[in-house]
Amino acid sequence: MSDKSVIKSGSNLERALSSGHFAVTCECGPPKGADVEYLEKKIGLIRGCVDAANVTDNQTAVVRMSSIAASSILVKNGVEPVMQMVTRDRNRIAAQSDIFGAYALGIRNMLCLTGDHQSFGNHPMAKNVFDLDSIQLLDVVRTIRDRGAVNSGDPVQGGIRMFLGAAANPFADPFEFRVIRLAKKIDAGADFIQTQCIYDMKRFREFMKMACDMGLDRHCYILAGLTPLKSAGMAAYMNKNVSGITIPDDIIKRIRGVPGADQAEEGINLLLDQIQEVREIPGISGVHIMAIEWEEKVREITERAGLLPRPQL
Amino acid sequence: MIVADPKPFLQVKGYVEDFEKVLVVGCGTCTTVCLSGGEAEVQILASGLRIAFGKDGRPKTILEDCVQRQCDVEFVLPILSRVESEGIDAVVSLACGVGVNFLADRLGKTPIFPGLDTTFYGAGMQPGLWAEMCAGCGSCIIACTGGICPVARCSKHLLNGPCGGSEKGRCEVDPANIECVWQLIYDRLKRLGRLDDLRNLLPAKDWSTAADGGVRRTIREQLYDIK
Repeated sequence: MSDKSVIKSGSNLERALSSGHFAVTCECGPPKGADVEYLEKKIGLIRGCVDAANVTDNQTAVVRMSSIAASSILVKNGVEPVMQMVTRDRNRIAAQSDIFGAYALGIRNMLCLTGDHQSFGNHPMAKNVFDLDSIQLLDVVRTIRDRGAVNSGDPVQGGIRMFLGAAANPFADPFEFRVIRLAKKIDAGADFIQTQCIYDMKRFREFMKMACDMGLDRHCYILAGLTPLKSAGMAAYMNKNVSGITIPDDIIKRIRGVPGADQAEEGINLLLDQIQEVREIPGISGVHIMAIEWEEKVREITERAGLLPRPQL
Repeated sequence: MIVADPKPFLQVKGYVEDFEKVLVVGCGTCTTVCLSGGEAEVQILASGLRIAFGKDGRPKTILEDCVQRQCDVEFVLPILSRVESEGIDAVVSLACGVGVNFLADRLGKTPIFPGLDTTFYGAGMQPGLWAEMCAGCGSCIIACTGGICPVARCSKHLLNGPCGGSEKGRCEVDPANIECVWQLIYDRLKRLGRLDDLRNLLPAKDWSTAADGGVRRTIREQLYDIK
């Protein structure tokens, strides 16, 4: 189990969390190609607004620039990356090799995921890998970091330091198992957790109470995941089509209650309220703002939420 | 059992376009039970081929046979001699892939074509419905999961519990048709009073016993040595 008092990688995100700041992360999705300019533009929009930015790994199984390459571009451009890595596309040989490469390129945070099934993406005919699941990937990276050995037991040449993250979805089923799964991720080496986007605050509070009762917040930093809604249509779509996400009626009503042109603004207002709400929940150490393809709003959101300037550590 | 589905008729017809005397062979075991490759299906496919080639104005001799098992020597010997003695140009097998391979290895210069797409190791759930139950990974872990296999029955082969795509007992990959196996495992372990088992971390699995380790074979020494 992770020990919060031991610094794992000394990344900016880890330092923000360990020094007691309410941390802020966001998402920075790589382009569907090698368009570096597009990525640099996105980086410019979030620079200075967050402690680190998640670089997604072929999210929803749609082919994009690799998260390692894109994370390296973030490093060069002065935004600390949280490199996401999914086990869908790489076995333990590729995963470990990629982790060495990522560390060599200056990447100090990573998020271990299983990844969306390829049937959701643009290559449903692809063969998947899933040699490891996300929990086993955590265990593998932790073993490299803390014991200097790869999965086979062979020694690692030169150490790596990596602040290890995992995702948690409090809204999927079976509900009683979600917190057990969180505990397993922490056992396997997760130093921080970013949750799936939260709309059902009641269920999230219940989840967090269970987590705190088990003492999980003492071993791991938990960041509450939030996604601003751009419109009532988006809310209804997500509610209906995204597994593991339920948007309560009162939220859909709130967005629908304003004219179409103002719905995006109301979505931001709702997000600001949610940020204040999660700040008050015991065990929450920060927010993970997933403004999907809406990076231009990250500065406004963090500014209005009183989260700027970010600490210089 | 091994489950298999019929290939599209025109695909099978295409395989045998260039042959005059074709033998369609069924298998009396798994594919008979799953209603894709038994005697009845042999008759249907053979009749279909006769009618279709007849309509094309190119009638062919389509013969029928069905053996108890296409994956054991003693059962396939009669087929091999029939091919030889009757001058058969090509064989269409309605066995699973095992049967097709087994015959292909023994058929010399006679081509053989699969009439089925072999799909999985499964069980008959109700009349007309079969479902995948085992992946043949060579290192069974289901003592830890209440006897229910996540390697075969989880869309992502997860070994440490359900992903975020488990909702109301269904798998997000195809909610209408796939149950979340981790919900089944959870419910079963709850009934067995063994929910604490789920707290254990299952480490990275050794896949060398699965197909990933190379082509597999099994030896029963007490028999093999005698030979």
